[in-house]
Amino acid sequence: MKTYAYYPGCSLESGSAAYDVSVRAVSKALGFGLEELDDWNCCGATEYFSQDELVATSVIARNLAICRADQKELVAPCAACFLNLKKTDHLMGEHRDVCRKVNEALAAGGLHYDPGRVRVRHLLDLIYTDIGEAALRAKAVQSLKGVRVAPYYGCQVVRPMNGFDNTEYPMKMDELFTWLGAEVVDYPVKAHCCGGHMTQISEDAAFELIRRLLDSAVEYEADMILCMCPMCQLNLDAYQARVSSFFDKNFQVPIIFFTQLLGVALGLSFEELGIGKEIVAAGPVIKARLAAQQSAANA
Amino acid sequence: MAEKIGVYVCHCGSNIAGKVDVEEVAQWAGQHIDGVVVSRDYKFMCSDLGQKMVEEDIRKEGLTRVVVAACSPHLHEKTFRRACVNGGLNPYLLEMTNIREHCSWVHKDPAAATVKAKALVSAAAERVKYQEPLEPMYVEVNPLTLVIGGGIAGLQATLELADGGHKVVLLEREPSIGGHMAQFDKTFPTLDCSACILTPKMSEAGQHENVRLLTYAELEEVSGSVGNFKVKIRQKARKVDFDLCTGCGICVEKCPRKVVDTAFEAGMGTRKSIYMPFPQAVPRVPVLDTASCIWFERQKCGACLKVCPTNAVKFDQQDELIELNVGNIIIATGWKPFDCTKIPQYGYGRLANVYTSMEFERLCNAAGPTTGKIVLRDGKTTPKSVAIVHCVGSRDLNHNPYCSGVCCMASLKFAHLVIEKTGAEVHSFYIDMRTNQKDYEEFYQRLLAEGVHFVRGKVSEVTDAARSSTERGKMIVQCEDTLTGRQQRYPVDMVILMGALEPQADARELGLKCGISCSMAGFYTERHPKLDPVATMTDGIFIAGVCQGPKDIPASVVQGAAAAARVAGMITKGKVMIEPVVASIREEDCSGCRICNNMCPYNAIEFDATRGVSHVITALCKGCGTCVSACPAGVITGAHFNNRQIFAEIEGVLWDAMEPAEALGKAETAEASAS
Repeated sequence: MKTYAYYPGCSLESGSAAYDVSVRAVSKALGFGLEELDDWNCCGATEYFSQDELVATSVIARNLAICRADQKELVAPCAACFLNLKKTDHLMGEHRDVCRKVNEALAAGGLHYDPGRVRVRHLLDLIYTDIGEAALRAKAVQSLKGVRVAPYYGCQVVRPMNGFDNTEYPMKMDELFTWLGAEVVDYPVKAHCCGGHMTQISEDAAFELIRRLLDSAVEYEADMILCMCPMCQLNLDAYQARVSSFFDKNFQVPIIFFTQLLGVALGLSFEELGIGKEIVAAGPVIKARLAAQQSAANA
Repeated sequence: MAEKIGVYVCHCGSNIAGKVDVEEVAQWAGQHIDGVVVSRDYKFMCSDLGQKMVEEDIRKEGLTRVVVAACSPHLHEKTFRRACVNGGLNPYLLEMTNIREHCSWVHKDPAAATVKAKALVSAAAERVKYQEPLEPMYVEVNPLTLVIGGGIAGLQATLELADGGHKVVLLEREPSIGGHMAQFDKTFPTLDCSACILTPKMSEAGQHENVRLLTYAELEEVSGSVGNFKVKIRQKARKVDFDLCTGCGICVEKCPRKVVDTAFEAGMGTRKSIYMPFPQAVPRVPVLDTASCIWFERQKCGACLKVCPTNAVKFDQQDELIELNVGNIIIATGWKPFDCTKIPQYGYGRLANVYTSMEFERLCNAAGPTTGKIVLRDGKTTPKSVAIVHCVGSRDLNHNPYCSGVCCMASLKFAHLVIEKTGAEVHSFYIDMRTNQKDYEEFYQRLLAEGVHFVRGKVSEVTDAARSSTERGKMIVQCEDTLTGRQQRYPVDMVILMGALEPQADARELGLKCGISCSMAGFYTERHPKLDPVATMTDGIFIAGVCQGPKDIPASVVQGAAAAARVAGMITKGKVMIEPVVASIREEDCSGCRICNNMCPYNAIEFDATRGVSHVITALCKGCGTCVSACPAGVITGAHFNNRQIFAEIEGVLWDAMEPAEALGKAETAEASAS
């Protein structure tokens, strides 16, 4: 069994616990191991880098430095964690002086990091590339036939340097769910902005961005939007009611993490996958679609 | 007898003198290099006066060797060799050293550059002492020319030569000549019909007594060298006998299998399994596409076989190899359109009414699948609004950094046709408008007057995600109008992507076969970008049209004609000079191991089995030196590059390092003799 170093990040321990639960459950079902880094620290989110790049790089680099020599690949499901860890490795590799200064800082804690030693991976890349189509099809016990999904990638996983998918119009999550039998809609806003922290700064701006994403999903008659970023999931799900009242609409679009629906295909229960923790419930529509499959089969 | 060397150091205006202290270099050479009897610096050595100076010194001072320290030998070696000849010296007793490109242009520190220039002059002077007089050889030029590619550039080259009375073989891999120009509707800026101006040239080439047409055929192999190339051509099986076919077209009419034509119709129309790509195709002989033919699928049908009045359909016809001897080759292999699916945010392949420029050419062509009606993919709706997106895959570091050159004008042409045929509103999204040829800017002004909205900005996406009721059911072009600094959304019915012109997928492969190189982008490299744009570094191989770089029809025609003129000149001259810089094998010492036979990139070494030795075919040898270094017995010598010359050159360049070593050597000798 291949085992990857695992960096859950803070969101997965709190608001996005469903992501963490489903990631771990899916990893077991697909037969790969996730070994959580011992004593990991903050990834810097969006704030560190805008305050002090060197401090940010040093703090984040500590997470790479504490990887053991045998831990060559580090998986981060959260988009911000993924981007920051990858960016840090990249900055240290590209700029010798940054690398030197960061290592001076790390040395205070008895640590050292050589850029390139750890390959930072996103979970989607890992499942798509390392597990792959054949294994996924073989391990899927529950077809997702009839479930209309809108894959939503957001910004940080695909831009600017994911290295595994098209940065402007990514397709890997689309393909993955096509393998599992789902009806994947060609969601045209799949890489558009979810509003990020604009909900805290300008509600007008953020709500308009969120509305566009929900509107498009409704127009395409998607049963749900699949996310791979805690921020996206939070904005679309937790603010959905307020966006509805702001625009005098009645959005009821379930927003879940892609690993949650993937888990359903692998035969895991809703509880095991944290389905039900979201605000706009996804359980009923999934159940309804699977039931429709069943009745079609019986008829 | 000691050689008398003349050293000439060129200022090249301030190109060299601005960095290198040329007077100092000349003075130093006169004082420090053995054998230098004349040493001068001069403002422009390549000028008449500079050349005269060399000639007179040879005569008056009795120079036996000449060193010119100036620019690259690519530029002026011929000039100074001629000066030597005029002065009465064998031209191969000249050595040119490059203190411009290799020194003054690339160094910042004048003092260091001067030191380096001295070393280079020293190297040349030491080397020239061992140079030997050589006599150039001449070979006859085969007057037959091969033109590869039957697009407008190749056609022009072919006709220029043929009209001048020279025989030409025109090779085209598609079933008909005509190239991309045959697919176009109108041509900018005059808006004359593309077919109307092209087809007369096609039929002329097809019927010309001096032209042999080989269509549906590809180049397999090239060997030999200028004047005497041997080429192997694969004539692909048309499954139709060329001589028996009358071109009546009944086989095409009766063929029951229709397939999408991804070549000529750019996927917009259909053709039969046995087909002629378009009505004016030259030659008028159909081709059977075995991949889609019912007979080749399940040995049934055979309609074409039955209806052919002359029994010209031959299912068992096989590919044929044709061997030809030609004197010169003109490559005019054109381009391929950029694959617009590589920019998925523009929606091509996902959103039905996003078109490529080639698709749109067919859409508005009167002979195209809609008989020239501009309609959406449903086949009936006329668009009310059209967006034209420039620079799709060009001027984009993610794809091709270069400008494709023709798209701005083609987009103006499209805008005009849309307005003329549909009255639709047109938005044209550009980065910069590039209309810099005769009458092009005037055409742009005309389109401004016709009411096209030009938006300066790079389109970020084409989407069907509507944000308001006015956007619903449309495609929305999202773009920052950089003149107003605002993000704008333009709902439209049709989008045309002006895809880049890219080199043919196999351009590098063909380049390798012919021994010519490509730029990073994959376009063939000309001998000189300004002064020799149709020749290549390989003598006898010329390039014309878009295979050399993106260009429009007039420019392609100019290059086709220019390449033909170069070839005609060689044919008229009748013979070409072959540099005597070739390898030779000392046969008495050759063991016949044949290692050199396979090393030679030009197949210029032959093994004589009866005598058990190898020898060099001088006419084919390029003097590259590979065999010289490969020979385990060291019995191959490269004329003009022999060991003695090279070692002397190395010693010369290390003149300042040599002294202590030499001193040490002398000391050791002294010690040895003392003991």
